[in-house]
Amino acid sequence: MHKVKVYITLKEGVLDPQGKAVQNSLHALEYDNVADVRVGKYMEVLLNDEGNLDAQVDEMCDRLLANPVIEDYSYMIEEVS
Amino acid sequence: MKFAVLVFPGSNCDRDMYFAVKDSLGEEAELVWYQDDVDLTDYDALLLPGGFSYGDYLRSGAIASTSGILRQIIKAADEGKPVLGVCNGFQVLLEAGLLPGAMLPNRDLKFMCHFEELVVENNQSMFTRQYAPNERISLPIAHGDGNYFCDEATYERLQANQQIAFTYAANPNGSVGDIAGILNEQGNVLGMMPHPERAVEQLLGNEDGLRLFQSIVTYWRDHYAINA
Amino acid sequence: MPSTLEVNPEKIEENRLYAEMGLSDQEYDSIKTILSRRPNYTEVGLFSVMWSEHCSYKNSKPVLSKFPTEAAHVLQGPGEGAGVIDIGDEQAVVFKIESHNHPSAVEPYQGAATGVGGILRDVFSMGARPIALLNSLRFGSLKHPRVKYLFEEVVHGIAGYGNCVGVPTVGGEVQFDDAYAGNPLVNAMCVGLINHQDIQKGIASGVGNTVMYVGAKTGRDGIHGATFASEELTEESESKRPSVQVGDPFMEKLLIEACLEVIHHDALVGIQDMGAAGLTSSASEMASKAGTGMEMNLDLVPQRERGMTGYEMMLSESQERMLLVVETGREQEIADIFDKYDLEAVAVGHVTEERQFRLRHHDVVIADVPVDALAEDAPVYHQPSQVPAYFTENQERDPYYPVIDDLSETLHALLKQPTIASKEWVYDQYDSMVQTNTVVTPGSDAAVLRVRGTGKALAMTTDCNSRYIYLDPETGGKIAVAEAARNIVCSGGKPLGITDGLNFGSPENPEIYWQMEKSVDGMSEACRTLNTPVISGNVSLYNEAHGGQAIYPTPVVGMVGLIEDLEHITRSDFQEPGDVIFLLGDARPEFGGSELQGLLEGQHFGQAPELDLETELARQQAVQQAIAAGLLQSAHDVAEGGLAVALAESMFTNGLGCEVDVDGDLTTELFSETQSRFVVSVAQENVAAFETMVPEAKQIGTVTDSGVYTLTSSGRTIVEEPTTSLRDTWKGAIPCLVKSKA
Repeated sequence: MHKVKVYITLKEGVLDPQGKAVQNSLHALEYDNVADVRVGKYMEVLLNDEGNLDAQVDEMCDRLLANPVIEDYSYMIEEVS
Repeated sequence: MKFAVLVFPGSNCDRDMYFAVKDSLGEEAELVWYQDDVDLTDYDALLLPGGFSYGDYLRSGAIASTSGILRQIIKAADEGKPVLGVCNGFQVLLEAGLLPGAMLPNRDLKFMCHFEELVVENNQSMFTRQYAPNERISLPIAHGDGNYFCDEATYERLQANQQIAFTYAANPNGSVGDIAGILNEQGNVLGMMPHPERAVEQLLGNEDGLRLFQSIVTYWRDHYAINA
Repeated sequence: MPSTLEVNPEKIEENRLYAEMGLSDQEYDSIKTILSRRPNYTEVGLFSVMWSEHCSYKNSKPVLSKFPTEAAHVLQGPGEGAGVIDIGDEQAVVFKIESHNHPSAVEPYQGAATGVGGILRDVFSMGARPIALLNSLRFGSLKHPRVKYLFEEVVHGIAGYGNCVGVPTVGGEVQFDDAYAGNPLVNAMCVGLINHQDIQKGIASGVGNTVMYVGAKTGRDGIHGATFASEELTEESESKRPSVQVGDPFMEKLLIEACLEVIHHDALVGIQDMGAAGLTSSASEMASKAGTGMEMNLDLVPQRERGMTGYEMMLSESQERMLLVVETGREQEIADIFDKYDLEAVAVGHVTEERQFRLRHHDVVIADVPVDALAEDAPVYHQPSQVPAYFTENQERDPYYPVIDDLSETLHALLKQPTIASKEWVYDQYDSMVQTNTVVTPGSDAAVLRVRGTGKALAMTTDCNSRYIYLDPETGGKIAVAEAARNIVCSGGKPLGITDGLNFGSPENPEIYWQMEKSVDGMSEACRTLNTPVISGNVSLYNEAHGGQAIYPTPVVGMVGLIEDLEHITRSDFQEPGDVIFLLGDARPEFGGSELQGLLEGQHFGQAPELDLETELARQQAVQQAIAAGLLQSAHDVAEGGLAVALAESMFTNGLGCEVDVDGDLTTELFSETQSRFVVSVAQENVAAFETMVPEAKQIGTVTDSGVYTLTSSGRTIVEEPTTSLRDTWKGAIPCLVKSKA
């Protein structure tokens, strides 16, 4: 069994209103060092050990988990017992 | 003329769309549950209503866009049948790739619901032929994710092909190019965030949305009714 | 085997563990008497939630029994999920209000969202399609960052849930006052529409029939939510976060559609929502109402988490769950309907003749108690009541009379008061139009929805000026009902009935108990005079924040009225230049509890405005008659801020102007909050007919197209302000407060 940690982020250049709101709040709390905030999504997918896991995850991301028009994705695969 | 109103789990403007067609437009309409064993070729136009299909939990419209019935919708669109997606229906059409671009949360992150002034940018399409060129109309919006996004190349293409059907007179949500509704290249698929089905009776505000449905009917009569 | 984590009955008694669950020594003793033995851990849990104020009304029952609940048009009074009122043509309107104050204070988004979810289930479990949501909100001053956060998140939560389920949020009220700083109020009301033949009841009749569980799986969320809602908010409440449930509006939407399909199936015997105290209250109440018993196997309950104990399952307040009783042998037919919506319907038990509530888990009986002991036999407390010193002091004071310098400035300042200012910032976030029936959207006196397929419409509103109630609970209670009725009447409707959302401090405080008694007395009297019986409601007590500071007594009135003819729908806005403005009712110098007093003094004291119910009724009937005769262009009640504010509000939507002449004491004429008054406008050609019909009405001016608000007195201009300037003040106040950084 493998646990896939999928990170979905907005593509660079796509306006991120949520990130902007968080950034503004951090500035309001006087974290002046904050240069930028981007908000994304994190998912955990448990996969049985069948076939090429990378290929499966790529396909899932392309078809559903991420929208390639606005989002990028990356993932890590860990073995779990 | 016979309209299908497609109902996904979480659709919530399906009945509004149905009543708009049946009671205000005076044409035939049927609610079609996404899992029903139906043949969409039996219908003359397909309507994808607003709502929160699958709770909009992954991205608005994303999960509905993977359901089996989408294959039939894509086929109908390819064959030139009128396909209208409103609000969540628009989001489904984007996610399904029937229209270019994607939706982001509104600029100020709030859901908003009120009448909004629109400009009819293209009055030549099968959905807009009853409007005057650049006519200003007023339709309700009700969305949280209505901030239309596409890259510059796509935007230029939309402009060049007259695919922009409606723009906002005063952009409420941050959409690229003030876009409120777009057509596919063939002009038979329209996606729009404002709700024409909520503006079909004077009692509820105005009838500006009714003319969109009337446009579809007159187009269909001109092109197909002879065979019917 | 029962979980080893659960202490044995002896230890529960020895260590008074029942007290941690909210039961008193006396209550524990009566449970022992009922069972003739010591209750085990699960049983103590069952009693603790069923005997909490939230489920049993043990402190409020003696007060609630004073409400008039019957009338010829009432089809179902209090006792079921929601009340039902006949509107003719074999149709009925179903409505109820419910509070979610304590959960919202701790986790505002989810607290408010699940409040909406719960009240929807109360209505569709009656078999009605929910057609509208309203809410009544109270917060402290928006100047505090914590209050601002609560306000934004509560609104966001209501929007998040209501918008997703596709039920329009059409109205309500928001008020701000320091009394709510530590304890906000979130009351949600739902209105449904039903055909008489479809009215359902939550009963478990028919011995041998099957009990089915439908909807979301059961998790550990919300355990002891019902007792939580009956405790004062303390610093520890913040750490009680797990008690707050998380809502899933998507699941709710599927439940609505599935349940509305199931009610047409003849195998359905009874249906009830699993609300506060979850499976325990729904199951035991359904059996108790039917005079039966129930046996359930908890192994069959769909569970979201592993290793849940019977105690946890029975007390869980996981959302979006329903309990059904169906004819035995026909379970599959019911399950098939839910299956279409991807919902699970599982048989978990059956109805028994023996009136016991018996639960099995892992082949062991883990609870076996008389059904009625849970649902009916909760103790009833007649709490002592005492006139508060503050009330006597206020009554003895000289009437308060404000001193103001500048009328225009005062008008601007009043329009900027958050309670008067435009709530557009709030309601723009609500989908108020879905279902395409909303004729009058939020912002008018009452929301109006047409009844599709008929020539009729429904008007609905929530109202409660808690400052008046604080100063004088009895008069304030009358005013709350009367003002709600005024709003319905101004919209063209005939008031039908009310649902009450009673929000008070601790009933164990005699002065607060007195507030409850007196306000209910006042409301009851008004309900009788105006023929608007109480058909449903909710009680939320112990609304006290850190340090025992109780909220203002806030018995919210949710009212629905019937508009017999779409032609009668009337708005509060002036319609046409040239229309003549009339005022119905004279002002007296009444400023106790007024907005002007709050503005000038920063507090409320003195005497609440008087209310004469016979005058009220006569004026309401006059306005109704004039509307029915087609004589009114607009109608608006004179409320917070007095006549000056009422006139301004009437101009904002259409951007018109007015020229109005007032005489007498200007402060009183313009800003007094004397009750039972209306501002109406009449087209020139109808002026004579209107004056004949309503001789009491006084011509005070005309609507103009100047876009200027002009007041004159004795031939000189006393206020001259562009409508746009007043509107900017009124519209900008709340966005400005929300945006400003603390």
